[in-house]
Amino acid sequence: MDRRPRSFYVLAAFFTVFVLFLYGPIFTIGILSFQGPKGGLTFPMNGVSTHWFRDLFEQQAVGDIWGAFRRSAGLGLMVMVTTVVVSVMAGLAFRKRFRGSGLLFYAAITSLVIPSILVSLGVGLIFNQLGLKVHWATSGFGSQLTWTLPFGLLIMFAVFNRFDKSYEEAARDQGASSWQTIRYVVLPIIAPSLIGVGLFGFTLSYDEFARTLLTAGSYNTLPLEIFGMTTNVTTPVIYALGTLTTAFSLLIIAAFLLAVWVLGKRRARAGSDAGKGV
Amino acid sequence: MLKNRHLLGWLQASPLALVLLAFLLAPIVMIVIVSFWGATEFSIYPAFQFDNYEFLFGSPVTYRVFGATFKYAFITWALTLSIGFTVAYFLAFHVRSQTMQIALFLLCTIPFWTSNIIRMISWIPFLGRNGIANQTLISWGLIDEPLEWLLYSDFSVILAFVHLYTLFMVVPIFNTMMRIDRALLEAARDNGASGLQTLRHVILPLTKPGIMIGTIFVVTLVMGDFITVRFMSGSQRANVGRLISNDIALLQYPSAAATAVVLLATVLIMIAVMLRFVNIRKEL
Repeated sequence: MDRRPRSFYVLAAFFTVFVLFLYGPIFTIGILSFQGPKGGLTFPMNGVSTHWFRDLFEQQAVGDIWGAFRRSAGLGLMVMVTTVVVSVMAGLAFRKRFRGSGLLFYAAITSLVIPSILVSLGVGLIFNQLGLKVHWATSGFGSQLTWTLPFGLLIMFAVFNRFDKSYEEAARDQGASSWQTIRYVVLPIIAPSLIGVGLFGFTLSYDEFARTLLTAGSYNTLPLEIFGMTTNVTTPVIYALGTLTTAFSLLIIAAFLLAVWVLGKRRARAGSDAGKGV
Repeated sequence: MLKNRHLLGWLQASPLALVLLAFLLAPIVMIVIVSFWGATEFSIYPAFQFDNYEFLFGSPVTYRVFGATFKYAFITWALTLSIGFTVAYFLAFHVRSQTMQIALFLLCTIPFWTSNIIRMISWIPFLGRNGIANQTLISWGLIDEPLEWLLYSDFSVILAFVHLYTLFMVVPIFNTMMRIDRALLEAARDNGASGLQTLRHVILPLTKPGIMIGTIFVVTLVMGDFITVRFMSGSQRANVGRLISNDIALLQYPSAAATAVVLLATVLIMIAVMLRFVNIRKEL
């Protein structure tokens, strides 16, 4: 291997600074959330304690954060499952050109680029005029889908662009019906990407703010609750909450990545059964 | 058979179509309709009047706020593009092992899956009056008094935008760079091109689609934002999104809707122009 050029070290340094810029602030609030009971929002640390975490668990002076967490997690799961199912179906549809497919594609792109507050405002207005009550599980759920589905669809495009169609042809030649082909050939092959779509669905929903702002109704999701806290909470308790919810996000991401990795491993071990007469 | 194909396509795409119909198109139509309505202090009433638009286009505030929004979008775009391109270039062409490449790429994308609001909050201990930045600068003797413009200013707003959205540049640019045939780079070198010349005349042109996709993301996210500007400027700066959200808070829905229509038109025109330069479906 030839020697690294000097530009490598310059770029590596740049990259390191970028990563520090990316992660530095969140680590800072991670540290500051362990402030002593008399500590403030900035350094220096006034002792070290888990006071602010206990605060979160004990009194409800900071609002209904545990209820908000449960709602956000539940909504995240709903959005995740829906995003995976709907994206796969749409991805399959878009493999062939059908009348109006271009229009639908541009609608999905519009959904991606439309300012979030417009979705919030529009859905809120419709529910209002129809005399329906906005609720996180109905209007909030639908609004979030306008953000997660385009992502799911784009991932499905990327997946099917790389999909080797000869697998399907082989299945068809062996007499598989089109449903069998999808169920036993296509879905298992694209499974790892579906985990990726699920990760997008859950985390984008779990963190979504603007699209739920006017559509969540009287029961807040966690991001709404946290934003409410920023205006009236001036203690490190907000850092403790930030640290916890970020840790939860990281845990979820790790679980998804682990799932992809395990799936890849299992597949590698199973290997190919070509020519073995299975 | 032909009919069958279209029918099957729509059957498979129908859940997507229904969601977009109910939660994207219907809301847009509703906003357009309500933008012609009237409002009292407490309620809104159906009407067909141009008052909201007349007021919007007649007010100097509108132009100033749109100007500020474009300014945020442009500066953020320039910064995220330079940073994102450099990072992607390093990952794609200087990191040699594929495992390392994936690991570092994941490192860049993980924050995308965490909360934007928390990531904004996390700048406070850095930028505040007694924050880390000021304390450091004072201890180095570079300044005598804390800088006031670090937090709750244009500076902190743009810093947060860059912090939140640079990965929307990194990911598509990295994606296109990875598809560049390495033989082209070798050919450039064999023909005597310097590293910089290869970058300028081979890599940059081939990376344009990725840059375009990243640009679409960053520009639309910044144009439509209201929460970053509100939080990071301590409500001292305005952009179009805040104009809308303020009207909403005052229950002036028709006026909010009119502003929203103008904002949407602006964003869609910008995107339509950009989409002429890139075929998104082909680039994925």
